[in-house]
Amino acid sequence: MELKDKLISSFIAFENKGTVDLDSAVHAIRTKSIQNFETEGFPSKKDEEWKYTNLKSLLRQDYSLFNKSDINVDYNTIKPYLISDIDSYNLIFIDGVFSSFLSETTHDESDICVLSAALSKPKYNILIDNYFNTVARDKNSLSALNTAFTKEGAYINIPKNTIVSKPIQILNFSTGNEKDVLLQPRNLIMVGENSHVQIIERHQNLSKNHTFTNAVTEIFVNNRAIVDYYKIQNDTDNSSLIDSTFVQQKQHSVATVNTFSFGGKLTRNNLEFQHEGEHITSNLNGVSILNKNQHVDNHTLVEHKFPNCESHELYKGIYADASTGVFNGKVIVRQAAQKTNAFQQNNNILIDDGATINAKPQLEIFADDVKCSHGCTIGQLDESALFYMQSRGIPKKEAKALLLYAFGNDVIEKIKIPQLKTMLTSLIANKLGVNLGFDL
Amino acid sequence: MLKIENLKARIEDKEILNGINLEIKPGEVHAIMGPNGSGKSTLSAVIAGKEEYEVTDGTIFLNDENIEDLSPEERAHKGVFLSFQYPVEIPGVTVTNFIKTAINEGRKARGEADLPAKDMLKLIREKADLLEMDRKFLSRSLNQGFSGGEKKRNEIFQMAMLEPKLAILDETDSGLDIDALKIVANGVNKLRSKDNAVIVITHYQRLLEYIVPDFVHVLYKGKIVKSGGKELAMELEAKGYDWLK
Repeated sequence: MELKDKLISSFIAFENKGTVDLDSAVHAIRTKSIQNFETEGFPSKKDEEWKYTNLKSLLRQDYSLFNKSDINVDYNTIKPYLISDIDSYNLIFIDGVFSSFLSETTHDESDICVLSAALSKPKYNILIDNYFNTVARDKNSLSALNTAFTKEGAYINIPKNTIVSKPIQILNFSTGNEKDVLLQPRNLIMVGENSHVQIIERHQNLSKNHTFTNAVTEIFVNNRAIVDYYKIQNDTDNSSLIDSTFVQQKQHSVATVNTFSFGGKLTRNNLEFQHEGEHITSNLNGVSILNKNQHVDNHTLVEHKFPNCESHELYKGIYADASTGVFNGKVIVRQAAQKTNAFQQNNNILIDDGATINAKPQLEIFADDVKCSHGCTIGQLDESALFYMQSRGIPKKEAKALLLYAFGNDVIEKIKIPQLKTMLTSLIANKLGVNLGFDL
Repeated sequence: MLKIENLKARIEDKEILNGINLEIKPGEVHAIMGPNGSGKSTLSAVIAGKEEYEVTDGTIFLNDENIEDLSPEERAHKGVFLSFQYPVEIPGVTVTNFIKTAINEGRKARGEADLPAKDMLKLIREKADLLEMDRKFLSRSLNQGFSGGEKKRNEIFQMAMLEPKLAILDETDSGLDIDALKIVANGVNKLRSKDNAVIVITHYQRLLEYIVPDFVHVLYKGKIVKSGGKELAMELEAKGYDWLK
């Protein structure tokens, strides 16, 4: 049976198994979403937005949909994937099931807990009705699929005037030791007026079988709130991720999403920013470092609908071996959005002849009093810079790594959590196969 | 120390060096002068091992060893240092971290352990003071946003740290005002000893007032057309290069 048919036919069973009251609004949303998914199906290469990312091989696998969770995973197994030396809230999911044993949550002031609880408890009904799936809204068939099977994920509700004192780490592990696994985590994040939160999200496959993760995150950023969101994508070669993240911002808010893609077989990041007010700042940053047959596709959309807002987008890509990158950055400035500042920059380095980058910057500007710019470059390593370093006694391999690190540095230096910066620089050094002997 | 015999080199199809002969002994300072396009920078890059240049004939010996097959880093490990006319900017890597890496890679190649952090710091401070460099300078990204003078001073700082046997200064005077020139020249002079040698590549006699050469060579169309003592530099300054062509 094809994956699509298998998913549709298992929907009723999933609903009955779940904790959701069939009379609740969520039930209606899920039913609508499975219908949307049934109509649309998985995207194919004929779809313009999926021209360079082919899901065919991914959909051919026989996935376990209702995973048996191996919740006996111990702390030492997950520790390498957590940022250590830092006090943080941790939301740990094993095969899509929340592990209270490994996590550290809170209900003091902020709610930093799990979506399943919010979906099933009446006191959360009003929030679910007002927020859940209101910005994702089945905009693509994969997020519709995620909505239909929504069961678990992070639920973060920060009340107004709250500076969350420590970062929140959301980690999704898969242990599918018997079979390939499909996971569909769903995160709902609401940040109140004047509040500030830092969130780190990571997906990690612990098994030899294939894991296909179809994740959806909705982030609501209220007036003057600040959200810093970090996505660490350094999964194994038998893992694929389709991530759809939707950010809705209100006036004077600042939202930043940083995406670091170093691993995984196929990664697709759909990232959308919606503005609901003036004086909003949206920052989108990314570094991809790929080798072997890895594929990363960054699809971003910033829609300016209100005046006096700004967006800053900076994506860097380094592609070795037969890896493939896609950058599709769309910025729309509607007629009402006068005095918009929108900047987009995408720089790529191709290290080997077999590597590919498909870059497509798209700016659609309907307002006349705006400042917008975009730039896209594709180049190779600067030979004279390599010679400079070699002439000081630094071997070619290390010199290359230093240059590549320097290339990605303007994104890395935007990281506001020092321990995260340290972790990422060591992931980069690892990826580039060098030990540089000092903390970059 | 350095012996070059009948060296010919080209880049792509363009012949640049057409049979250079040069011998440099420990303790000596040689100046190489010549008009634009005469092959001065090519000669320094070929000695340092830049791969874009193809050596078509001749040999370079460093302490009686033919270094033809050595990579630029291997030559550096054997004591060759090239100060660049246009040093490269490396954002995100500080001056301190860059020189630490360079020093320790050299030690590794010679089978020595890393220099302890404390000794490294002491050495860095000592050499920075020698070049009258601001300490803040050391934690800036390498050459990024440096003025022309700062870049050159940083080159000589690296030279002071690496203590090369053979230092080649490629147009180190270009872009320097007279004060910076004096500091840089003073730094080079303090590093001179009977065991090391310096090649100064320059357009103008100005630098040679501060770094006094034992020999001056004039390069023209890829050949040394005249050699002499330091007075040759004065003569060139007065007459230009035309009389040698």
